[in-house]
Amino acid sequence: MDDSPSRALLPALRIVLAVAFAAALPLAGAYPVFLMDVLCFALFAAAFNLLLGYTGLLSFGHAAFFGAAAYACGVALRDWGWPPEAGLAFGVACAAALGALVGTLGIRRKGIYFAMITLALAQMLYFVFLQAPFTHGEDGLQEIPRGRLLGLLSLADDLTLYYVVLAIVVAAWLFIDRIVDSPFGQVLLAIRDNEPRAISLGYATDRVKLLAFVLSAALAGLAGAIKTLVLGFASLSDAHWTMSGLVILMVLVGGVGTRLGPLVGALVVVGLEHKIGEIGAVLANFTGISWFSGLGEAVTMVTGLIFIVCVMAFRRGIVGECMDWWRRRRGRLAA
Amino acid sequence: MKHSKVIANAMGRVRGFVHSVGYGAGPAVLLAAGLCGGAQAQKLSDGAIRIGFLTDMSSVYSDLDGSAGAIAIQMAIDDFKAKNPGMTIELLSADHQNKADIASSKAREWFDQKGMDVLIGGTNSGASLAMKSVAAEKKKPFIAIGAGTSKLTNEECTAYTVHYAYDTIALANVTGGAVVRAGGKNWFFLTADYAFGQSLEKDTSAVVTANGGKVLGAIRHPLNASDFSSFMLQAQSSGAQILGLANAGGDTINAIKAANEFGVTNSMKLVGLLMFNTDIHTLGLPATKGMYMTDGWTWNQSAESRAWAKRFFEKVKRMPSMVQAGDYSATTQYLQAVKAAGTDDGDAVMAQLKKTRINDMFAQGGYIRADGRMIHDMRLVQVKSPEESTEPWDYVKLVEVVPGEKAYQSLADSKCPLIKK
Amino acid sequence: MIIILGKPLPVLMAQLLLGLVNGSFYALLSLGLAVIFGLLNVINFAHGALYMMGAMLAWIGAESLGLGYWPMLVLAPLVVGIFGMVFERLLLRRLYGLDHLYGLLLTFGATLLIQGLFRSFFGVSGQPYPVPELLRGSANLGFMVLPIYRAWVVGVSLVVCLLTWFVIERTPLGAQLRAGTENAALTQAFGINVPLMITLTYGFGVALAALAGVLAAPVLQVQPLMGSDLIIVVFAVVVIGGMGSIAGAIFTGLMLGVVEGLTRVFYPQGSSTVVFVVMAIVLLVRPAGLFGREA
Repeated sequence: MDDSPSRALLPALRIVLAVAFAAALPLAGAYPVFLMDVLCFALFAAAFNLLLGYTGLLSFGHAAFFGAAAYACGVALRDWGWPPEAGLAFGVACAAALGALVGTLGIRRKGIYFAMITLALAQMLYFVFLQAPFTHGEDGLQEIPRGRLLGLLSLADDLTLYYVVLAIVVAAWLFIDRIVDSPFGQVLLAIRDNEPRAISLGYATDRVKLLAFVLSAALAGLAGAIKTLVLGFASLSDAHWTMSGLVILMVLVGGVGTRLGPLVGALVVVGLEHKIGEIGAVLANFTGISWFSGLGEAVTMVTGLIFIVCVMAFRRGIVGECMDWWRRRRGRLAA
Repeated sequence: MKHSKVIANAMGRVRGFVHSVGYGAGPAVLLAAGLCGGAQAQKLSDGAIRIGFLTDMSSVYSDLDGSAGAIAIQMAIDDFKAKNPGMTIELLSADHQNKADIASSKAREWFDQKGMDVLIGGTNSGASLAMKSVAAEKKKPFIAIGAGTSKLTNEECTAYTVHYAYDTIALANVTGGAVVRAGGKNWFFLTADYAFGQSLEKDTSAVVTANGGKVLGAIRHPLNASDFSSFMLQAQSSGAQILGLANAGGDTINAIKAANEFGVTNSMKLVGLLMFNTDIHTLGLPATKGMYMTDGWTWNQSAESRAWAKRFFEKVKRMPSMVQAGDYSATTQYLQAVKAAGTDDGDAVMAQLKKTRINDMFAQGGYIRADGRMIHDMRLVQVKSPEESTEPWDYVKLVEVVPGEKAYQSLADSKCPLIKK
Repeated sequence: MIIILGKPLPVLMAQLLLGLVNGSFYALLSLGLAVIFGLLNVINFAHGALYMMGAMLAWIGAESLGLGYWPMLVLAPLVVGIFGMVFERLLLRRLYGLDHLYGLLLTFGATLLIQGLFRSFFGVSGQPYPVPELLRGSANLGFMVLPIYRAWVVGVSLVVCLLTWFVIERTPLGAQLRAGTENAALTQAFGINVPLMITLTYGFGVALAALAGVLAAPVLQVQPLMGSDLIIVVFAVVVIGGMGSIAGAIFTGLMLGVVEGLTRVFYPQGSSTVVFVVMAIVLLVRPAGLFGREA
């Protein structure tokens, strides 16, 4: 029905439209810092999805890479006076190195053992961050300057920074897309679905898994470094295991193994964290039940509830369920 | 795939719509304020005073300040409005969940989009440091109440920061000095092994030795260690008279429980370097009797404080902590400064705050110094035994009042860049 | 005085004994988790929250119902056990055919919900809970003074651990249970009600956590977040011991208590991290844990 050229054009067109829409959002009145927060976590979730959704590896310590890069970038920008692009690169490099270390130690284990070893190593790293002088412990690294991109563009203005961050995140996103669509990505899927068979087909699965892990860690690091640039500080909560739990939640809510899942999941979870007080107030006014106005204090409860609902009824996540519904509808129409 | 984009599109449009309504409302409010607020002759931005409050409402510090702190601030607003009808004062409050990034982004959003005029900071030093940077950038006052870090008036001081109720240097000075004067000369420290605990230990040790006492040793325990039995044994074998607890929250409580269990309280006196009446309430008087601690405010210290505490108790069903009382007092002082200055412009209000004497139920003869430090008298108290306690929540008796100038770090020692040396 | 590595012998012996005391507590806490994973293949992240429920119920019993320590020692595990069984029946059961991941995430969500609920009702400061009259005071053992309550905790923990191990590994009931989890269909063909057994087992594992909570209430701070840092340590214990092994969890709990105790003497700052270092080393050398069977 569709001929080749327009078929190839359609996804590209969708991407252009999406980027244009995202670029227009702050001009329509959306708050740039909130959007940048969503973008950071969307990237973090996408990096995690690469590992979980496409390779089938559950890491319980991804916050270690996020936090390590956040601190690395912070130290580079504030204490060493590096320009922002160098700081970001340094953050990514640190996260990748850490990913290689953790990956090497854990990759031969499977399933829950792999998850536990990532948790153990992440916990150890957290204690290092707690003690090390360069992190300033509980106070965190404060007052990190945004600097000038490539020495030319001052990032002090929120709107300018937003476009830069948007560009970086879109590029990273496309990079992940490229990985998934490549032959390497096919091997990842093969490992996810049936590792023994992949081994019997001659693939060096351990090396492939390690590479996927390092890539995921590096991209998670990019997200952490960007977050430092946007908010101007790095703190211990970036490396705490609850942050690891949060990214799992985002990917779960959005849809494990889907392309847009991480973005939707990040939007829901970050939006929830920021806006729960206002959502509560709106609900209270709407339903007349005053208990809702206390919802702002109930972030943990609501998060827990969403987790439970997603696991019980919503396992494919928002995007997954939508895709499934669309597929079934198409099937019905075709019949 | 298309459907998720539809959803994202729709959400974006709704968000945009809500914000445009907000922008439309602003001028309308200004007009209304101009029509009926004429008698006040105030030049208020957007015609209203907006007070923001960010604290931990759901995690480890939520009893110390938490949503009850917001109630205290609202009480201050209501009391002020009763005396100054016709002024529009709004309170924005939210939970930062002890996360500096949520605190910082919310503060930024409120300054940029909601026209917030002053930010009041609750517990958690890291979050407060993040918030003060945002406030300084937007040139609006930031009043830190719940956080203890002395960095707010030293390396990290700004022209817009006020550190109100207490800080760790004052706690160290008062506790260390006064306890030694009361006879506790030999000290042993149990320190939480992170920056905060270490600085508490360092500051207090310095004061102890300067006052003629001796520090016999210290153990560093990991943060959130639940079992202190081993550390207690080691502390006991040191032979010191005083066991200084350089930790906070759950660690302090578990340490005190273990101290009672292992009979350490029979041979050593416990000193809580950062303790609040909420901790005493949790542990109960039998476990804490005889302990020394420093407080900036006790609910039954004077007739005025008692009267206010009673009003607070009716709303919250708990007696207020020093932090919640500080919330009330700081808000009142801010509103009075705005009225006196005739505007809510950040620089004008800060100037006004720094030249006013503070005399209310929280502090008598208090004042705000050039480095942002609010100087007021601190009190060394001792926990009563159950027999000495005359009413519920009557937990402490006064040992010594240390005047503000002696309790807080002197201006000469301050590392604040704003102070010309 | 004999000095070993710079510390006098009585000090070392005292720390060793304390380590055993703590270790027996860890063993009891990990036992429930090991039972649930070993027999049901469910990773019960909610174990920490259920431990907290046990402690909070003990306090509620004392505050609102006037029930002291001794009745709550039996009642709290019972109530939490029933709660666990309801949870299993309604929610957990549906996830058995799926990846372990989902059970873990469900219980993780349940943890957040339970902790959030308790926090919103009771605040975070914690509640006072005194040591019961009968168990106050301490015994002078020469090299140290041991509170009687701690000796009681050791006693209860060891008895419960040994009984549980015995029932599961050495009795017909335990054999039926193990058979039921290995091959449900075949065992059911023998007329044994496997789903019921699984529900009861989950309830039992959960009750063990609550029992640990009640035991902890007099000595640790009773507050809604008391389980959340402990759960990571408990996981580490079970993983080190070998996820399917009951004896492994008991042994590792005790061993860890001793290791932690010694670390507290020589390098106290590291006593929280030592468990993870041990876990990392064990997983590298023996991936299935010390006593585990590679799945």
